[in-house]
Amino acid sequence: MRDVAIVGAGMIPFGRRDEDTLMDMLAFASLKAMDDAGLGDKSVDAVYVGNMGGGMLQHQSAIASSLVDRLSLLPAAAETVENGPASGGSAVKNGLLAIASGYYDYVLVVGGEKMREVTGWRATDFVASMTHPQTEYPYGITLPGMAGMFTRLYMQKYGVTREHLLAVSLKNQEMGALNPYAHVEMTLDRGGIFDSPHAIVNNPVSADPLHLYDLCPVSDGAAALILCPLEVAKKMSRPPILIAGFGQATDTHTLQERDDPTDLKAVTLATQQAFERAKLKPSDIHVAELHDAFTILEIAESEHVGFFKKGEGGKAAAAGKTRLGGQIPINVSGGLKARGHPVGATGVAQMVDIVWQLRHELSKNRQVKNAQNGLTVNFGGFGNNVLAFVLKRVDQ
Amino acid sequence: MPVDMELEAVLRPLQYAMPPYPSKTITLANGKVMVVRQAARADVPAILKSVHPCLFIERDYYDIVSARLYGELLAWYRYRVKSEYCLLGQVDGYLVGIVNGRMENEQVGMSYHTLAIDRGLRIGSHLFAAKMEYHMDYLGQESVLIVAESPIGFRRWMIEYPLEKTNIPHELGGGDSYRLTREIYLAAKPRLVVGDRPVPQALLDEAVAEIKFADDDTIRERIAGLKGR
Repeated sequence: MRDVAIVGAGMIPFGRRDEDTLMDMLAFASLKAMDDAGLGDKSVDAVYVGNMGGGMLQHQSAIASSLVDRLSLLPAAAETVENGPASGGSAVKNGLLAIASGYYDYVLVVGGEKMREVTGWRATDFVASMTHPQTEYPYGITLPGMAGMFTRLYMQKYGVTREHLLAVSLKNQEMGALNPYAHVEMTLDRGGIFDSPHAIVNNPVSADPLHLYDLCPVSDGAAALILCPLEVAKKMSRPPILIAGFGQATDTHTLQERDDPTDLKAVTLATQQAFERAKLKPSDIHVAELHDAFTILEIAESEHVGFFKKGEGGKAAAAGKTRLGGQIPINVSGGLKARGHPVGATGVAQMVDIVWQLRHELSKNRQVKNAQNGLTVNFGGFGNNVLAFVLKRVDQ
Repeated sequence: MPVDMELEAVLRPLQYAMPPYPSKTITLANGKVMVVRQAARADVPAILKSVHPCLFIERDYYDIVSARLYGELLAWYRYRVKSEYCLLGQVDGYLVGIVNGRMENEQVGMSYHTLAIDRGLRIGSHLFAAKMEYHMDYLGQESVLIVAESPIGFRRWMIEYPLEKTNIPHELGGGDSYRLTREIYLAAKPRLVVGDRPVPQALLDEAVAEIKFADDDTIRERIAGLKGR
């Protein structure tokens, strides 16, 4: 097995991109990653596209083949990877395995989604299509609904409070406001969304006990990476970013079948695998991008990946330990909460942000000083399919 | 333009006596304080300057809403509409949103339009709620007829209150009217109508002194920028 490195990273600003098709967005992000890698005349051997909703929302299939043609990358192998909101992470995994195995040398991985083409409730319904078709979906469950129930249980079991959720929301919005790629470049004010009696309108209940600003927005966007063998990457001008470890685990489809619905086993297992393969531990990580589709998930995942003990994640967030400059900066990009969550793009976008962090390329107000190791967690379903990646800067 | 006042007396519609809307402040999600106040007829030219760039924004039906609002405000300014009013939202003096409507008769209000210039802060929701508050709590009406041109409006008004569907035609044309009754209003008021009174004098003075507005490009960017907040 060969070591695999990331040598190119690109992203387009997330948000509402009425003027771009899904294919436009995938192409723009791909070109940025290819330019970033300095591929020049070199082509890629294979293209993996992470996308969840092209078939449902754009009535488009065979997206990867179309992208290869659009980018004049013929005859590169092309494959679309659909794995719910973990589609992006799964696409990266496929690229990683393809190079590690020795079958391919250069792989383009791109994740993208165009969700704002439909109304909010149709987008919510589209995402809910990942729930169980007989025991969940027919009863009207949505992902925010699941997250609300999960939050209530987590509050009861571990003492998480709305103050803790608020800390995550304020932090991620603050960081998103500094990120030119973020969907929501707006800081929030504690008074405006929590303390003031006017908060009842500004920040209404969405899925009790979660409020509007506990949820990520519905976004359009795309992000891309270029992967190649580490030995090849070492000859390039910039420090390669090694994919030091990855892990993936699956949990029951329905929440009610789990022994303890607050236990995100797939997160724990996937990150344990990633750490073991990377020969690192949670305390070695300098920056992390966790899948905060809902504020509770950042708190719960920060515990399940091993940054904090169970029941301590909320308190750590409220104490500022997950802020830039804190014990472990989490979602310095703004996370899904502010950068946005075009579902198929997210797993790739998380890695693009970590690559930029490990290359020390970000502006001072977003850069984690001297970051060497990073972690991403891409969370599919309600924790039933999770991918974790440990990235490591390799100085030449 | 010369005005024949004898003819004007025929052309100008009846105006009901309308008690003033008492100004209030609302703290927005970003912590900024929005002053909500009633516009005077003399404010119309300044307001129109802010509406004008929105006429060319197709996104979310801003073009239709703005064109109609422009006409409605102009009609009010030049005495061609019955019992119209306009409420403004201002932050640091800058115009961030506009709503208008009128009295159809003493019992029934006719909601016209809601235009949020700064988006993503629920300014439209706050101002629409202020409009309903005016009809119910200050004009003392029993119902308000409402239509929505945009899906966002439909979600915010028809679903969020929720309003009752009627088969009464609305004077804006379009679909049948939905109706806010006093009963619906009172049920929705605790979760949708907020604001503090009285407005601190300095804030009110700033708002009244000058209706500030961003340049055309900034307004377009705020409403229809690539980010599309």
